[in-house]
Amino acid sequence: MNYDVIVIGAGPAGSIAAKTAAEKGLNVLLVEKRQEIGVPVRCAEGVSKEAISRFVDVDRKWIAAEVKGAKVYSPDGTEVQMTEEMAGDEVGFVLERKIFDRYLAKLAGRAGADVVVKTTATGIERGKDGLKVNFRRMGEEFSEEAKIIIGADGVESRVGKWAGIDTTLKTDELEVCVQYLMTGIEFDPEYSYFWFGNEIAPGGYVWLFPKGNSTANVGIGILPKMAKLSAREYLDNFVKENYSEGEVIEMVAGGVPVKGPVKTAVADNVMLAGDAARHSDPITGGGIANAMKAGFFAGGVAAEAIEKGDYSKKMLAKYDELWKNDFGKSLHRNKILQQKLIKMDDKTLNTLAHSIAGYDLQEFSVKRLVTELIKKNPKLLWDLKKVFI
Amino acid sequence: MRRRTKKKNDRRIVIDRYRCAYCGACISVCKYNANELVETFLSINEDECNTCMTCIRVCPMKALSLEVKK
Ligand SMILES: Cc1cc2nc3c(=O)[nH]c(=O)nc-3n(C[C@H](O)[C@H](O)[C@H](O)COP(=O)(O)OP(=O)(O)OC[C@H]3O[C@@H](n4cnc5c(N)ncnc54)[C@H](O)[C@@H]3O)c2cc1C
Ligand code: SF4
Ligand code: SF4
Ligand code: SF4
Repeated sequence: MNYDVIVIGAGPAGSIAAKTAAEKGLNVLLVEKRQEIGVPVRCAEGVSKEAISRFVDVDRKWIAAEVKGAKVYSPDGTEVQMTEEMAGDEVGFVLERKIFDRYLAKLAGRAGADVVVKTTATGIERGKDGLKVNFRRMGEEFSEEAKIIIGADGVESRVGKWAGIDTTLKTDELEVCVQYLMTGIEFDPEYSYFWFGNEIAPGGYVWLFPKGNSTANVGIGILPKMAKLSAREYLDNFVKENYSEGEVIEMVAGGVPVKGPVKTAVADNVMLAGDAARHSDPITGGGIANAMKAGFFAGGVAAEAIEKGDYSKKMLAKYDELWKNDFGKSLHRNKILQQKLIKMDDKTLNTLAHSIAGYDLQEFSVKRLVTELIKKNPKLLWDLKKVFI
Repeated sequence: MRRRTKKKNDRRIVIDRYRCAYCGACISVCKYNANELVETFLSINEDECNTCMTCIRVCPMKALSLEVKK
């Protein structure tokens, strides 16, 4: 069978790309190497309501909890709060990714895409007009042809490299993470929590995202280049100090790209979307929203390219333009912020927190927090001013 | 393609399967495309691996180590 588009990887980026392309009438194959889409989970599951609602109707089945803001702590425990309500509603979701990812794949299937699981893409070969993708499925090798490939194969992505886009991450371009789903712990279920400090989470932070009363994702991300211990050791230390009363009922490990915007996510016949294109945020490590947006853009550009019969890099560059003009700007901005933040010692982080201690910013966003910090600490953060304000 | 030099033949990366949480972090940093996550099973192709040890540095679970044969 000859496909218009083969999407590799059925995470949020791949499923939305497949759904979008199929809705435009293209002949789409969505391939996932796992036997269960969405499992094992590699995510803290926090996402803004607005970002999700842009692409799908919200279904309670995949919402574990809602939050209205965040509590952020500096190394000495100084608290800054962000609370935001939209028409009296919470602004953040904590998802149930196992269900959410499957739901998105189902939408792609319903839109007309062929979906296969337990099938791994192992390479691409260039033909006259399109590409041949090689697969391995339960020991059997086979191939399918397509005009366009969308690489949505996540942090482990190989599709880019096959197409000549080097996406290998360096040890300061990746947050490595461990997370426990903990139960029997105390916190305010209306807030997400973030702890910063070089001792507790070098180059990253510890988070707590509520998943109902007394149950939460408690996790850590660190920058390997700056770390002395493994992510798991840092998290165990934090949990012992702060939540020793809780029980761990699930464990998750993962890596999130914090590379900042790549120069290009396209090659002839190929587009990369989501973590495969290193679209996750360099400060928050959040990647669900950007993955969905990228998938949507890639699916749309695929349809245009098929209609024109042009799958060249030049044609697909339109996709680069779309994501760069959308979330590319915040990737760029937050990469600069990350570079600055990881150089700060704990004393400086405390000084910053003291300057707005006890504040409740009425907006749940990195930009709002940093803007406030720049106002109070113009000398310390002078170089961020031009990118943030 | 063989990238390993003769000298390196006595070095290899060992996977502690009891620790590995199949997270994929090690895959994302391997320049040589020497490793692959087959669902939950990490495999390292020793012909491709040049024992650069980058994967050891990023592993959140301390599941990887270098073995040097004497
Ligand atoms: C611990 C942790 C916490 C996080 N917390 C958050 C958070 O709170 N909020 C947030 O927004 N983001 C978070 N992220 C990031 C978020 O999980 C990712 O950005 C998001 O999943 C990216 O979606 P994706 O579709 O690009 O890739 P993925 O969801 O990773 O999907 C890629 C898919 O491709 C498949 N695949 C890979 N190779 C192949 C192949 N060769 N053939 C076929 N299939 C293949 C994989 O099996 C996988 O299913 C977190 C990440 C980690 C690790
Ligand atoms: S080898 Fe067969 S029986 Fe054994 S675990 Fe695997 S699938 Fe099951
Ligand atoms: S980084 Fe460590 S835990 Fe993750 S897949 Fe590799 S060996 Fe396993
Ligand atoms: S040691 Fe280097 S080459 Fe070998 S698997 Fe690890 S990262 Fe790849």
